[in-house]
Amino acid sequence: MRVPGETQTTLGERLGTRWRRPPLVQRVWLRWLLMIGFSAYLVAAIASVEVNWSRVYEGLERGGAFVMAFTSPDFVSRADAIRSGMLESIVMTVASSVVGILISIPIALGAARNIAPLPIYIVCRGIIALSRALQEIIVAILLVAIFGFGPLAGFLTLSFATIGFLSKLLAEDIESMDRSQAEAIRATGARWSQWIDYGVKPQVIPRLIGLSIYRVDINFRESAILGLVGAGGIGATLNTAFDRYEYDTAAAILILIIGIVMALEYISGIIRARVQ
Amino acid sequence: MPVAETASGPVWRLRNRNQTLARWFVWLLGIAIFLWCWQRISDATTWFFVWDAPRIAGDILDRATPPRWSYIDKLWVPIWDTLNIATLGTIGALVLAVPTAFLAARNTTPSALFVRPIALLIIVSTRSINSLIWALLLIAIIGPGVFAGIVAIAIRSIGFCAKLLYEAIEEIDQTQVEAITATGASRWQVMLYGIMPQIMPAFAGIAVFRWDINIRESTVLGLVGAGGIGLQLQASLNTLAWPQVSLILLVILVAVVISEWVSAKVRGAII
Repeated sequence: MRVPGETQTTLGERLGTRWRRPPLVQRVWLRWLLMIGFSAYLVAAIASVEVNWSRVYEGLERGGAFVMAFTSPDFVSRADAIRSGMLESIVMTVASSVVGILISIPIALGAARNIAPLPIYIVCRGIIALSRALQEIIVAILLVAIFGFGPLAGFLTLSFATIGFLSKLLAEDIESMDRSQAEAIRATGARWSQWIDYGVKPQVIPRLIGLSIYRVDINFRESAILGLVGAGGIGATLNTAFDRYEYDTAAAILILIIGIVMALEYISGIIRARVQ
Repeated sequence: MPVAETASGPVWRLRNRNQTLARWFVWLLGIAIFLWCWQRISDATTWFFVWDAPRIAGDILDRATPPRWSYIDKLWVPIWDTLNIATLGTIGALVLAVPTAFLAARNTTPSALFVRPIALLIIVSTRSINSLIWALLLIAIIGPGVFAGIVAIAIRSIGFCAKLLYEAIEEIDQTQVEAITATGASRWQVMLYGIMPQIMPAFAGIAVFRWDINIRESTVLGLVGAGGIGLQLQASLNTLAWPQVSLILLVILVAVVISEWVSAKVRGAII
């Protein structure tokens, strides 16, 4: 891990001196500069954070109440809201993952330099950069303003975010594929579509499946917050529960989210192990 | 080998009939589920607004340009707050993530039966809940402000950092640890001289990577009242001050690009 040629002292020089652990940053002046600069920043940053300790102290009791709520989560009294919110989150996740994956495959092909010509490459990389730079929640705000409240805005947000994520990683995988296999297919006189189908697709399909399942997982997690800005899903229910200090309902929702995410991670682990 | 009998003799097939039918059935089921989901979304949508969307989008774009550049004077303090939320939150997360990672890694955990599952539960539960939800929760508990944002970012990042870190710990070269142990080193000395040097590069990489993500997340924490530039965004949205919104979005975009650049540079230097 160390940079070679860092301490080229001879054994003779080293003998008799006490051993020291090699530092992480080799250059002495840079190390001191980083340390002093970082400490100065830390002091300035901590000084500028205003903490109302009495308020925090008061809040600890409520924090305790919230932690206790996890021992007695209330799934029942708002069961209808929780059920419809969860269902909406899942529906948004499924629909946006499908659409996002379908759109991101051609964009990934366009964003792979070894397949696409330069103009298409630039356009596709631009789409990816735009999608990655804008966070889901900001996109959701804008789309809610344009399309109105409801799951459609959430669905579009998640699809858009999926495109940036999946296309980028898939394009990198396509760029690092084994050229000789694709070359062999081309040598048989295959059309472009056959070349993609038989030369490129088999090499990237395991990774595509793995990434897609991972993205489903992310989309579900994100769909839980889109409700905060009115884009549908369980977030609205959760927000209401917090606003009314109904910690037991909030705990129930959080437990459901954690449970579903854990289940998804478990399933995706199995599927990824099988396809790779 | 599956073959299809035709008039001119057997032809090679990739799958036999049952396999093909099973695949078609899975595809059909998948499409049916998707269409059902779409139906539900469609039912919950007011399509009149959607057909009107291009006009609304044009209208918003019209109002949002040009950005109100003079508003930047009021943004310096929120930008500083956002940076602090991300940085202090990351530091807090790392402080908590290191012990969690050591407890979760198979080769360093004191008890694989009791302690490890608890550490893994902490990792999963902090990771699966978005920082905005943590922020909502902390605002209800300790009141709105930058501090709630810092704590939210810190808690949210524990799982991410600890997961990557414990994977790095599990991948270390065991012979170095054994060599240190053979000198008669105590448990802590083994950790300091046998394990720490091996995971330091990974640790620094994870820290910078998470800091980059946290910059993104802290820009929107203000939407729920947890400080930073998101507060200004929320205020501008509420008053429909679109020129201010577009300026804030530009600032966020620049911040994200800069943080990504810094993190890529630092990671490139480490690895």
